[in-house]
Amino acid sequence: MAGSKEIRTKIKSVQNTRKITKAMEMVAASKMRKAQERMRAARPYSEKIRRLAANLSQALITDYRHPFLVKSANVKRIGLIVVTTDKGLCGGLNTNILRQAMNVMRQWEGEGATEIRVTAIGNKGLGFMQRLGAKVVSHVTQMGDTPHLEKLIGPIKVMIDAYQAGELDEVHIAYTRFINTMKQEPVIEPLLPLTGERLGTPEGSWDYLYEPDAQTVIDDLLIRYVEALIYQSVAENMASEQSARMVAMKAATDNAGSVIKELQLVYNKARQAAITKEISEIVGGAAAIAG
Amino acid sequence: MAMTIHVDVVSAEESIFSGLAEFVVLPGEAGELGIMPGHMPLMTRIKPGAVRVKLPDNKEELIFVAGGLLEVQPGLVTVLADTAIRGADLDQAKALDAKQKAEEALNNRSSELDYARAQVELAEAIAQLAAIDRLRKGNH
Repeated sequence: MAGSKEIRTKIKSVQNTRKITKAMEMVAASKMRKAQERMRAARPYSEKIRRLAANLSQALITDYRHPFLVKSANVKRIGLIVVTTDKGLCGGLNTNILRQAMNVMRQWEGEGATEIRVTAIGNKGLGFMQRLGAKVVSHVTQMGDTPHLEKLIGPIKVMIDAYQAGELDEVHIAYTRFINTMKQEPVIEPLLPLTGERLGTPEGSWDYLYEPDAQTVIDDLLIRYVEALIYQSVAENMASEQSARMVAMKAATDNAGSVIKELQLVYNKARQAAITKEISEIVGGAAAIAG
Repeated sequence: MAMTIHVDVVSAEESIFSGLAEFVVLPGEAGELGIMPGHMPLMTRIKPGAVRVKLPDNKEELIFVAGGLLEVQPGLVTVLADTAIRGADLDQAKALDAKQKAEEALNNRSSELDYARAQVELAEAIAQLAAIDRLRKGNH
């Protein structure tokens, strides 16, 4: 019966692993539903603020051009906000987005960018960017399962301030867009300056009264708009994380099942072989006595 | 029937209130604001405080906001509520805090972007994923 005890132990341990992955799959499934709800709950705000920003950017009264709306002719210094997850075990989610981020950074350098600053949202991206040696100007980790704008404000402000001070010419954001449970797509989108594409077309112009004055209100509005865009990306990233984890854990559970089946087969064969051997020994012994 | 106005109160994290109202009272930056149907288009900041919405059935809805922005169009009031108390110095403190943390982390880094190493790392991760994929396909 050589090795049969080891095989039994191995089967037991794979069974335990399967229990864990199964549990993680179910937890991720329920978290995914909540994350999706939150993603949808954030939409009305960004939709309303987008409409407002579009109206304002076209409003006739503003001879004031906000830096967020001005394109710089020569793009040399670029900011990148990388949204990843805090935890692993979610398939290729982080690998895919980080690979794309790295490619685009290399491309920028090839095109003559002199400086790239990075804001890392999420542990995985932070670790990667630090190993890469990128200039990480701010980061936020341990966000839990609900994204809170309050935690994001500080790290984002570092980037936005640099842009407003003219230290950066463009800011981009990299995150994983949630398409559906089975499909998530890593994307890198331009964030600042706000493009016409982001804002959409205004629906008629409203001549507003501003209190205290137009500039203050527009400043406040645009900063909130950028924050809302980033928040939306983080919310999408979290929904993507949970569904990617659910799929990865389902695959792991299935794999564990097939490993157990194979081990069971090996175990049965070993047992059968041992029995056959014993019988032939007995038969051999009996024959020797009889003879 | 009395004239009504559509009121939306939304924050970045959720939609708080949406419905018709006869009258809305808000804590504007320059003082309390009362908005009736047909108000002039207005945009202003609002202070932390209570938003009172008088509903058509004589009931009142009371919502606390931590500041934000208010947009008024003739038939529409939109309150973009902040989820946290904001203030220039509060935000600045958060930004400084974030910066400091990053600088600490930056102190022990190499100057050149280490693409080669990162690429090896990513390639390994991708290879692992591919191997897992192959294993899975082989088993089915």
